[in-house]
Amino acid sequence: MKLTRRVMMTAAAAMVAFSGTAQADGHQMLDELHFLIPGGAGGGWDGTARGTGEALTEAGLVGTASYENMSGGGGGVAIAHMIENAESLGTTMMVNSTPIVIRSLTGVFPQSFRDLTLVAGTIGDYAAFVVPADSEIADMPGLIAAYQTDATSFAVGGGSVPGGLDHLVAAMVMQAAGEDPTGFNYIPYDAGGAAMAALLSGEIQALSTGFSEAVVLADQGEVRILGVTAPARIEGSDAPTMGEQGIDVEFVNWRGFFAAPGLDDDTVAAMRGALAAMYETEEWEAVRARNGWVNIHNEGDDFQTFLENQEQVIGDLMRTLGFL
Amino acid sequence: MLEGLMIGLQTAINPFNLGMVVFGCVIGTFIGMLPGLGPMSIIAIMIPVAITLGDPTAALILLAGVYYGAIFGGSTSSILLNAPGVAGTVATAFDGYPMARKGQAGKALTIAAISSFVGGTIGAILLMVFAPMLSSVALLFHSAEYFALMVVGLSAIAAFAGTGQVGKAVMMTLLGLMMATVGEGALAAMPRFTAGILDLQSGFSFITLAMAMFALPEALFLVMNPMRAAQGSGGNQSGKIENLRITRAEARAIAPVIGRQSIQGFFIGVLPGAGATIASFLGYAVERNLATKEEQAEFGKGSIKGLAAPEAANNAACTGSFVPLLTLGIPGSGTTAILLGALLALNVTPGPRLMVDQPEVFWAVIISMYIGNLVLLVLNLPLIPYIAKILSIPRNYLIPFIFFFTLMGAYIGQNNATELLILVGFGVIATILRFADYPLAPLLIGFILGTMLEDNFSRSMQLYQGLGFILERPMTLGLLVLAAILVVLPTYRAARARSRAKGVADGD
Repeated sequence: MKLTRRVMMTAAAAMVAFSGTAQADGHQMLDELHFLIPGGAGGGWDGTARGTGEALTEAGLVGTASYENMSGGGGGVAIAHMIENAESLGTTMMVNSTPIVIRSLTGVFPQSFRDLTLVAGTIGDYAAFVVPADSEIADMPGLIAAYQTDATSFAVGGGSVPGGLDHLVAAMVMQAAGEDPTGFNYIPYDAGGAAMAALLSGEIQALSTGFSEAVVLADQGEVRILGVTAPARIEGSDAPTMGEQGIDVEFVNWRGFFAAPGLDDDTVAAMRGALAAMYETEEWEAVRARNGWVNIHNEGDDFQTFLENQEQVIGDLMRTLGFL
Repeated sequence: MLEGLMIGLQTAINPFNLGMVVFGCVIGTFIGMLPGLGPMSIIAIMIPVAITLGDPTAALILLAGVYYGAIFGGSTSSILLNAPGVAGTVATAFDGYPMARKGQAGKALTIAAISSFVGGTIGAILLMVFAPMLSSVALLFHSAEYFALMVVGLSAIAAFAGTGQVGKAVMMTLLGLMMATVGEGALAAMPRFTAGILDLQSGFSFITLAMAMFALPEALFLVMNPMRAAQGSGGNQSGKIENLRITRAEARAIAPVIGRQSIQGFFIGVLPGAGATIASFLGYAVERNLATKEEQAEFGKGSIKGLAAPEAANNAACTGSFVPLLTLGIPGSGTTAILLGALLALNVTPGPRLMVDQPEVFWAVIISMYIGNLVLLVLNLPLIPYIAKILSIPRNYLIPFIFFFTLMGAYIGQNNATELLILVGFGVIATILRFADYPLAPLLIGFILGTMLEDNFSRSMQLYQGLGFILERPMTLGLLVLAAILVVLPTYRAARARSRAKGVADGD
């Protein structure tokens, strides 16, 4: 008996997961929401959209959620779709993150966040500098000293292309530490996992990566986090910030949502309202904790200011590095 | 260890968990048959279901079933329709599809199922016994060695450089390598050879090219060759499909192949930057070189050894890829990266402490992998005659079905209609190339290995400020020498055989 019931429950859960529907109750703010994901299934954007949709529907803030993966052009195909078909996308939110700023600066796609309706930034991940646990380098000043001693054999790796997120953070840190941001040897890997393997195998001396990725291995005693680009120490971690070691850098890799340009104010307000109310729900807390996300809520004009500021900082750095 | 084994067994063998394995295997097999939905996407789809189970062990057991099911399902479409849905099963199509065309679809599927089972089993045993020790093996290779390993993998093209085909095979490989450079490489933020087309920004997608090079030309050939189609060389009249029996002689021939490739595949899988695809190509190349001359001529035309080798290697490597995941917390492939996400969501943190902190999870994962393999075999052997029946569908229904299948495969993963244009364009080019007797497999091998080859090469160049790494790193040099031997030896042997035959003729 017990078995059949559990199986039934599983099947029911599977149905919910596939169709993305859930019962709505009193405080529903939107009947339906369509998530446009500019990358394939299983990526970071995909997880953010589906996790957010899950929390919104299960908490009853949104009636039904549907998802569409549209990869191509580093996200450019989806952005073009949002702009070209704006009139028919009244219930669509596109997920995106820091790369939308970087890629429109480098001209990968001609549009920028200004061409879309900004809904809200919802979560984020700070960046971190990591060394193997058995490394002689104990802190950020130690890392800078090791680099100064032998710059040619000191390689910093990252899971992005040169000019991508991990490289820019590394350059930002080097610059703030008073070093030439173009001087160090940046070795790109095609994913965070590959870069982490290279760090542990001794191919590179230090790694620039996301804090959430690093903290898992730090807890296992495999790596040491030298510095985090957060304004203060992150709850539950004793990793020092860059700031407390005299390196004045703060950086967050945000993820958030955009709507089609020219969308009516009521719908935008409802989208923002649903996302804002989501933070208070248990359903969101479960999704957030499961994925190790940090709540960073920026909406409307605040989001605009935040993005403009980030565009300025990244743009200046990329000009210094010669990418623009 | 024995204690852990018992805990694992106890956890895995309760009716609910066994039910989860069966459920996972069935779902995995059937979705895995669709090209474009490889293990990675299927696991991504199943994760929410697994998480709602609440119990990490049951969830992992479900996902392990899905994983193995998906790999087996991918082999099925490779063998029956020449439509490899993931890179790891491309080598399966090399000999599996020719076998199916000869009316041996049932036998091919059986060999694939048994090779996969043995590969997975040996992999699981190695994982069980050596996992803690193997974490250092996983970190043995630097970019320089990965580069050299990719060169060794490229030597698999020698199998397609048959009599008088060497030039053509090399040309196709180079074309494949060139196509791999399209798009934004991992090492430069600049788009290359995209002609300003946004859809090419991230390069050609594997699945589109695989469908265009393998499945589409096959279907077009059937259309243009109604005689052959009418004969139904798939064998509905011959009735051979039902014949799954492997003769004793055949079993004796493939047993050592499966054994060797299970071990070799496992160790290649342990390396985080290599994985199942490289393992299958290397397995194919190595076994071809070890085979006798008569058997070598069979490779690419329906050799049972050529089918058993990549299947065993592929499955063993998938198991091997759990070593860096479980012992270091590092995902070595896209699929293990997804699994890492699922593990973290279930409050299981893989890494050196996993065996100490949560031994029951560690052992349950390994045992469930083994059970997944077993269930898959038991489940699929009786199903094989029915699966193979797909080929007995009359051609005028089968051909549209294959067209639909390939188009869907290219579209489903990306949801991008431009993929369809690329698919049809390259499909037509590939068909013309086939008419001109150019082998298409080397192109796909070059394309698959090209990106990793280039990335690792440029990384090594950047780390060593030049080509110094080739001489400074003995293992790199050793692998490159091995690659040279794998390419030169068969050519030399063939040349010597020819001259000897000529000498005999002259002498007499």
